[in-house]
Amino acid sequence: MPNSPSDTPRRVTVRRKGPLLVEGPVEVELEDGTIVSSDRFRVALCTCRRSRRYPWCDTSHRDRA
Amino acid sequence: MKHPSEEPRLPAPRGPLSAAVEDHLRGTGPLPPDEEIAAAPVYGDDLQLALYLCYELHYRGFAGVAPELEWDPELLRVRGALERRFLAALRADARRHDRLDDALAGILVEPVDGTGVSHFLRDKGELWHLREYAAQRSLYHLKEADPHAWVLPRLWGRAKAGMAAVEFDEYGGGRAERVHARLFADLMTDLGLDTAYGRYLDAAHAELLVTVNLMSLFGLHRSLRGALVGHFATVEITSSPGSRRLAEAMRRTGAGPAAVHFYDEHVEADAVHEQVVRQDVIGGLLEVEPHLEADIAFGVDATVFVEDRLGDRLLSDWTAGRSSLRTPLTQEFTHTS
Ligand code: FES
Ligand SMILES: [Fe+2]
Ligand SMILES: [Fe+2]
Repeated sequence: MPNSPSDTPRRVTVRRKGPLLVEGPVEVELEDGTIVSSDRFRVALCTCRRSRRYPWCDTSHRDRA
Repeated sequence: MKHPSEEPRLPAPRGPLSAAVEDHLRGTGPLPPDEEIAAAPVYGDDLQLALYLCYELHYRGFAGVAPELEWDPELLRVRGALERRFLAALRADARRHDRLDDALAGILVEPVDGTGVSHFLRDKGELWHLREYAAQRSLYHLKEADPHAWVLPRLWGRAKAGMAAVEFDEYGGGRAERVHARLFADLMTDLGLDTAYGRYLDAAHAELLVTVNLMSLFGLHRSLRGALVGHFATVEITSSPGSRRLAEAMRRTGAGPAAVHFYDEHVEADAVHEQVVRQDVIGGLLEVEPHLEADIAFGVDATVFVEDRLGDRLLSDWTAGRSSLRTPLTQEFTHTS
């Protein structure tokens, strides 16, 4: 069943800079055991640890001038 | 069955061009002559409202105006003349980058000491500023994502899939209560504003009409599909940090939970949309049509230009302690039916 989501590998997009993009919905377990979730079609996970809405990217990874 | 939202009334004309277009829409008078179109200030209230009226027929129309006029050849000819002046002015006045990376570089850097409208609202905004801001922006946000949907049939492959995915998110992922235009209406309710479509058209100055006309211009012309994509990328790239500041302004002033939520949602959503638009929509479009790079860059530059003009206008009014609207909200505030 090619249309069944469970049979389709979930795609994760990696870039040198900026967030990790994961196909949603996504559940993230944080260090303290809290689980947060997002059902967006794609989810941007913060890799720079600067986000004020961690674990979601809020564009705080951008250069400042 | 009655349509849940009625068509808006025609606004007050702002000069001979908009008056003539309205007469034509009501079936009572001739369209403006070419000399009048050539003579009007291109970013002025009259020309921009005339163009806005033409475009609005493609969205929700006006009460008492025949919907068939959307494809009236005479009106389309006038619209074309207005558009040619507008487009020529944008091409002449917007800062020009031929390489897309150069155009994007300017908006991908966060200024440490920003001085824009969202910085003003975060630091000094009072409720009346936020109400004025929302009333004007409602001209776009109550049709949020609609001008960009027109580009879908003009894209292919990765660009089409990426654009459709972002638009699906703008339209609430299939849930009516999450449609971004609906979230904005909820914000307006928190701020004591009337959520009727087109309600604040009379209140908005030309600088605001220019920003909405730009989207309609790019959206309605296949020949400007590159510019539409560049415009959309600019909105998504600049939205996330700006929305964070506006969410802070809404929190600080106690504007209400829906008002805060609209901007909180856009911090998170547009951080994703930016990535998808840059990687899939722009990347995919350039794969298929690499010759569109300068057009995409133009869409970025033109958007920055019109948004800067609007920002200057709002800040010059607010820092002088003046209202930024053409008609005061205090009168409208009493109307809440
Ligand atoms: S990766 Fe975007 S905020 Fe951290
Ligand atoms: Fe949105
Ligand atoms: Fe968005």
